[in-house]
Amino acid sequence: MTQTITPAPIRKSVHVDISPARAFELFAAKTASWWLKSHSISATKSPIKDVIIEPRAGGRWFERGEDGSECDWGKVLAWEPPQAQGKGRLLLAWQINADFKYNPTLLTEVEVLFTPENGGTRVALEHRLIERMGERAAGMRDAFTRGWGSLLESYGKAAA
Amino acid sequence: MAYVSTALAALADPTRRAIFEQLGDGPRSVSALARGLPISRPAVSQHLKQLKEAGLVTDHADGTRRIYRIDPAGLGVLRQWLDRFWDDALAAFKAEADKEAEE
Repeated sequence: MTQTITPAPIRKSVHVDISPARAFELFAAKTASWWLKSHSISATKSPIKDVIIEPRAGGRWFERGEDGSECDWGKVLAWEPPQAQGKGRLLLAWQINADFKYNPTLLTEVEVLFTPENGGTRVALEHRLIERMGERAAGMRDAFTRGWGSLLESYGKAAA
Repeated sequence: MAYVSTALAALADPTRRAIFEQLGDGPRSVSALARGLPISRPAVSQHLKQLKEAGLVTDHADGTRRIYRIDPAGLGVLRQWLDRFWDDALAAFKAEADKEAEE
């Protein structure tokens, strides 16, 4: 029997010296101002012009290339901007599979919490249910194994 | 985390990475893998053992041969990629927030 090990959620957090409301706005409404342009999954290989997270639950999360083409990343599950100096929460569905393709039947979650901290904001991100990428892969082994090539390429570059 | 670092250590070796990439094209026997590499069959077996311990490949018997394939549940590399992805993304986010804070 194959032994299955469930990968732990990825957790990251940073402190920023702007209010939770501004941090939420920067993260969710002005995403393209900080999003790394190399983080594109566009099939047309067009450079990223914009990254859009629609401001409502049920909205789309997608990139738009300079050529105008759009490529979905997932959707918005919860859109809760901070009120005054309070807490805020953004819950996104990351629907990119291990082959770096959008897959509407795959759902992993990215939750971002904005909490007041020392006059600024603690931004805590959790990417969870990563194991679902493996479950999906079991049913589409061919597509998945092809994906390892590009994954390794990324790994090699990152490790270099 | 031990799981991820084991997977990464296993792939840090160029020969093991080459074996892993070959398995990306489909399941292979030890002999078939050895034919495509400038190393002996026992050396290939040794590398496969380490890839297996890292949870990256699985094997099964086919008569007297052993067939190896990528373990789709072996998500260590993918997780590592995502880990770096969010590290980079949040660092860029923070840099932009710092700019806003100075304005």
